[in-house]
Amino acid sequence: MANKAQKSLPFEEPLIQLRKKITELKEYTQNAEVDLSAEIDSLEARLENLEIEIYEDMKPWDRVQVARHPNRPTTLDYIPYVFEDFIELHGDRLYGDDEAIVGGIASFKGQPVTVIGHQRGKETKENVRRNFGMPHPEGYRKALRLMKQAEKFKRPIICLIDTKGAYPGKAAEERGQSEAIARNLVEMAGLEVPVISIVIGEGGSGGALALGVGNHILMLENSTFSVISPEGAASILWKDSALAQTAAEAMKITAPDLLEMGIIERMIPEIRGGAHHNPVKQAEFLSEAIEKSLSELNPLNPDGLIDQRYNKFKAIGVFTE
Amino acid sequence: MTMIRDIFKRNRERNGPTIPSKAAKDVPEGLMFKCPECKHIVLTKEMAKLQKVCQKCDHHCKMTAQERVESLMDKDTFESIDDHLKTGNPLGFPGYTEKIEADSKKTGLNEAVLTGTGKIDGQPVVAAIMDSHFRMGSMGSVVGEKITRAVELATAKGYPFVIFTASGGARMQEGVLSLMQMAKTSVALKRHSNEGLLFISVLTHPTTGGVSASFASVGDINIAEPKALIGFAGRRVIEQTVREKLPEDFQTAEFLLAHGQLDAVVHRHNMQKTLSSLIRLHTKGAVAHG
Ligand SMILES: [Zn+2]
Repeated sequence: MANKAQKSLPFEEPLIQLRKKITELKEYTQNAEVDLSAEIDSLEARLENLEIEIYEDMKPWDRVQVARHPNRPTTLDYIPYVFEDFIELHGDRLYGDDEAIVGGIASFKGQPVTVIGHQRGKETKENVRRNFGMPHPEGYRKALRLMKQAEKFKRPIICLIDTKGAYPGKAAEERGQSEAIARNLVEMAGLEVPVISIVIGEGGSGGALALGVGNHILMLENSTFSVISPEGAASILWKDSALAQTAAEAMKITAPDLLEMGIIERMIPEIRGGAHHNPVKQAEFLSEAIEKSLSELNPLNPDGLIDQRYNKFKAIGVFTE
Repeated sequence: MTMIRDIFKRNRERNGPTIPSKAAKDVPEGLMFKCPECKHIVLTKEMAKLQKVCQKCDHHCKMTAQERVESLMDKDTFESIDDHLKTGNPLGFPGYTEKIEADSKKTGLNEAVLTGTGKIDGQPVVAAIMDSHFRMGSMGSVVGEKITRAVELATAKGYPFVIFTASGGARMQEGVLSLMQMAKTSVALKRHSNEGLLFISVLTHPTTGGVSASFASVGDINIAEPKALIGFAGRRVIEQTVREKLPEDFQTAEFLLAHGQLDAVVHRHNMQKTLSSLIRLHTKGAVAHG
């Protein structure tokens, strides 16, 4: 979680160039003993402006890149900074333990909660173990088991969504991938405790929605929530996955888009340039958002929570009578 | 979603509804029906009597929503609802509105599902029947809304809810709104279920993607027609991912039955009788509490 140098993204290229130039000038000043501080100051001011220009006006495709950044904080990165006493609980009690979804019990500002989230790996070996954060049916079933457990003990449920989607594999189909996702949707609808679903990275189709039937859906500013990846959409629409950038815009998958469509309750601001620039600070923003949602949902009784969830999803759709 | 193209391909191979133009020239179009599976030719009128099941190879050909109503519901009992809902173009996709209008004209439906009340063997039900002739049966806002309202009606009336699914999945042109229809229909089904009411899901060819991963798979009873393609991810996508050849019967109704995902595979000729029995067994003579 250290604030280290990050792999830069294509849209950040002008910033990289400018930073390089400033560094060069500074080095030159030291060696040649000439005073270029005026020039350096002016360039640093320009850098500041350019950062604002680039980061305050991020295009959908820029956000997709940030959402997929290899160093973007994951569920397990956030947990120690947002919660206390997290204890991970494993397994679906039916077949196995899917490490593409993690879950457990923790304390949030003194209140016991259940935390569940998709989990990507940080490097190849972990990614293989966690199947790149793409769950099998066992993952959804573990999540549901933990949700029902939370309901029994009257704990709010916090779901962190971060997946490219359900895993398109043979075993996943054999073990009822469709049923596992569908079951979560129906059962989440009936949970008698507050459910907050927060998209922290990519929210890909059914695999994301299986943790998404919350009283509140929140999204980090640079996360996405979509029915299909931009590449997939481009390949179906225009038979060319290289048009993903265009598809990212057309499909309206960013947090501001979903906020505008009324699908999510709130957008959680991100560290300028993306959460990976300062995960610890980002975790604070996340905590604040959870606290706000919980303060609104904690007072509701079981029926009130179920009705609120019902009305929220019932209202989603665009049509005319 | 990812399997939409696969299904197009499959349908072209398997499901010409009437004789395509290049077929035998001496057979008047519309009058005769050619089985897309075995190429057996039969009078269209005759085929309707057979509920579009090929008498030679038993292939269950695609049905329209209206044909399904006729084959299931007691005569003149079906009354449709929400035919007035109109699809929007929330993402402003070029040509989307025109495509909806064209399919509406072609099928006589306002969207890819027909909903309403009717009677099966004298027993009232609310039914939703998806029609894959309309935008591949894909689910956008109106499909989600119509199914949700049908479920709400069943809950209000205390009726069983029966759905016939046929869908390529979520409708891409409505983006994440179509994904959210999976959740919307689910919250309505939960209420229906909480009232102790029966939900029967009948999965017909094809039931894939987001429809497979929502209401289609959570009936109290899940049954399917023989050989129906049912699954979440597309076959080609899976083959590319796992780099192995999938079994011939992968994602068929029979495959799902063998893997414990279905209660039964029911021949179309027995469907009405099966549904009738199931409904009767769920509404008569249950243990009375307190
Ligand atoms: Zn035949």
